[in-house]
Amino acid sequence: MTTRVGVEVSIAVADAAKMANPDVIAAYPITPQTHIVEHLADLVANGELDAEYIPVESEHSAMSACLGASASGARTFTATASQGLSLMSEVLYVAAGMRLPVVMAVANRALSAPLSIWCDHSDMMSVRDTGWIQIIVENGQQALDNTICAFRIAEDKRVLLPVMVHMDGFNLTHVIEPVIFPEQSEVDRFLPPIQYPLPLNPDKPVAMGGFAPPAIFTEAKWAQEMNLRNSKKVILECWSEFSKQFGRTYSPVEKYHSEGAKVLLLTLGSFGETASVAIDRMRESGKDVGQIRLRLWRPFPFEELRQAVKDADILIILDRDLSPGGPGGVVASEVKAALYHQSKKPKVVSFVGGLGGRDVTEAGFEDIINKGIAIASRGSKHEYEIYGVRE
Amino acid sequence: MENFTVYVPRLIQKKEKFAPGHRACIGCGEVLALKLAFKALGNNVIVVNATGCMEIVASQLPFTSWHLPWIHTLFENTAAVASGIEAAYKAMKRKGRDLPDVKVVAIAGDGGTSDIGLQALSGALERGHNFLYICLDNEAYMNTGIQRSSATPFGAVTTTSPAGKKSIGQFTWKKNMPEIVAAHKIPYVATASPSYPFDLIDKVAKGVATSGPAYVHIYSVCPTGWRCATDIAVKLGRLVVETGIFPLYEVENGKYKMNMELPQLRPVKDYLKLQGRFRHLSDDTINVIQGRVEKEYYELVEKTKDGSKRAKRKSSKDTAKISA
Repeated sequence: MTTRVGVEVSIAVADAAKMANPDVIAAYPITPQTHIVEHLADLVANGELDAEYIPVESEHSAMSACLGASASGARTFTATASQGLSLMSEVLYVAAGMRLPVVMAVANRALSAPLSIWCDHSDMMSVRDTGWIQIIVENGQQALDNTICAFRIAEDKRVLLPVMVHMDGFNLTHVIEPVIFPEQSEVDRFLPPIQYPLPLNPDKPVAMGGFAPPAIFTEAKWAQEMNLRNSKKVILECWSEFSKQFGRTYSPVEKYHSEGAKVLLLTLGSFGETASVAIDRMRESGKDVGQIRLRLWRPFPFEELRQAVKDADILIILDRDLSPGGPGGVVASEVKAALYHQSKKPKVVSFVGGLGGRDVTEAGFEDIINKGIAIASRGSKHEYEIYGVRE
Repeated sequence: MENFTVYVPRLIQKKEKFAPGHRACIGCGEVLALKLAFKALGNNVIVVNATGCMEIVASQLPFTSWHLPWIHTLFENTAAVASGIEAAYKAMKRKGRDLPDVKVVAIAGDGGTSDIGLQALSGALERGHNFLYICLDNEAYMNTGIQRSSATPFGAVTTTSPAGKKSIGQFTWKKNMPEIVAAHKIPYVATASPSYPFDLIDKVAKGVATSGPAYVHIYSVCPTGWRCATDIAVKLGRLVVETGIFPLYEVENGKYKMNMELPQLRPVKDYLKLQGRFRHLSDDTINVIQGRVEKEYYELVEKTKDGSKRAKRKSSKDTAKISA
């Protein structure tokens, strides 16, 4: 029997991690920490979770401790946000390069300066090329479900790559939502015990992390790249199994009234639900608009994206990040690149908004969609626009 | 010396954990230290290696010089990685996984310990993980081309502390890492020199037997970086102790103990003159060094006052050799 309860999303994520029965949790309280690691500390302290909880002295050490634990064959979890993720970034490359299946919850937040504790996707985009699988969720249920899925995906022998589950800081991590909790026995059935193929063990010594001369480095990177690309198959398989067992379905590109719609809005993260209300309202007034949401950021779902936008004339993208001095929004830039070779493709209009926790309301999304349609219809060479900025 | 050949094979294991086949420079004192250190360890060890000479000379893919499970990740996080391994084994064994009892041994150079890795080390010591940390101190960043570290001694020339019209070379005094570690009140801290092999092996063995964090700081001659002859590593390793520059001592549960009683210190000049990195030093500067070495040495002796009698009674094999 499953129960649906009102719970803070951070707590739900911690409970999901607990249900995965991790062996080691390393965490540092990046200011201000989400309740994820606080709740896990409670669970360990109360004996509800049998794990080693390492209260490390920095995020760099948090991820480093995770490397050591994971290399020993332990199921390993941590959580971080913004500056903490940034401080970890050197270690993130190593986790992926050494094929260590660490799972990490990331509360997406802005990067300093100016100092901001609020939500945007700058942190997530800054670690885009670390080689991790990046899943982004938009509500509490998705956060819980995908935290459980993340362990299964990461530890699958065909994958063996670390996974980040991204959720918007505050907008998601600190709100209370209705969440269905699966039974522990169901989670156990879905998630087999970890069996890392070549752990650090004196009974069968292995050397991990040697240096690669130019004759080897390229091949090592290629192997890693092929592995990350091929992980999509396992991710789809995992979501499909999850759907069969728990009844909730996920896909790399999720669609909302997008079939046949001439105008599409693309969002990432918690904006998706607000935007969908605007979509409903606009459809009621007869506008032919739909929405797509990226659930998978790495590996990038090229095929699914091309398929989802193939009939649209206009694709409006709202990025919660900025690539300064570059193309503006990172998502828009990648989507444009993904569509470049398509003979028939929508006109992409790029907006950047919601930086450092600034809200975009339902009316705001209507405004963005209307503006996007106007810009696309004018046919001007529009690069991108920061929505609502005071100049 | 005859006694050595009689006793050595019986006292230490012949098997090398750190295999021949590494690519260290000729005359490397660090490899000597590492080889001796692992004479004290059994098979149930997991080695965590910081980026540095010992990592680079032993790990070029697809080869390894290690007969033990070994991991290298980054430069500054060795103690944190060791924390993770120790915690993982603790948790997995508690939860019923069939695993051997292991000791985690972290190895890093002086830069990886006293500069970039200091934070991670301090964190791991403070949290009380059960592991041994070995600092192989060759007094500069040798792997990257002889740049100064905070462990480089006063007056030494490195590529980033050159001597010149306005510089005597390194203008800061060597950071006292063993004392910084001892301030964490961990159960076992020791200094060692490969020129006193039994003392070194004993200390590593003690470190491994310690429940909780242990730290052994090993002096490691680097002929390449120190601009010295390649056949004097052992000689320098004795002189550095006899001059009082690098005293051999232990801090066991807060109690200081000198491992070698020195009735009189040799002049530091005997040690400095053998190395190109100190060649430029004037007698005045050498006198300054002499003064500070003596001051620090006797300050350390003061700390050991309570335990000094015990040290005398239990004269180690090496000490006996020296005084003979």
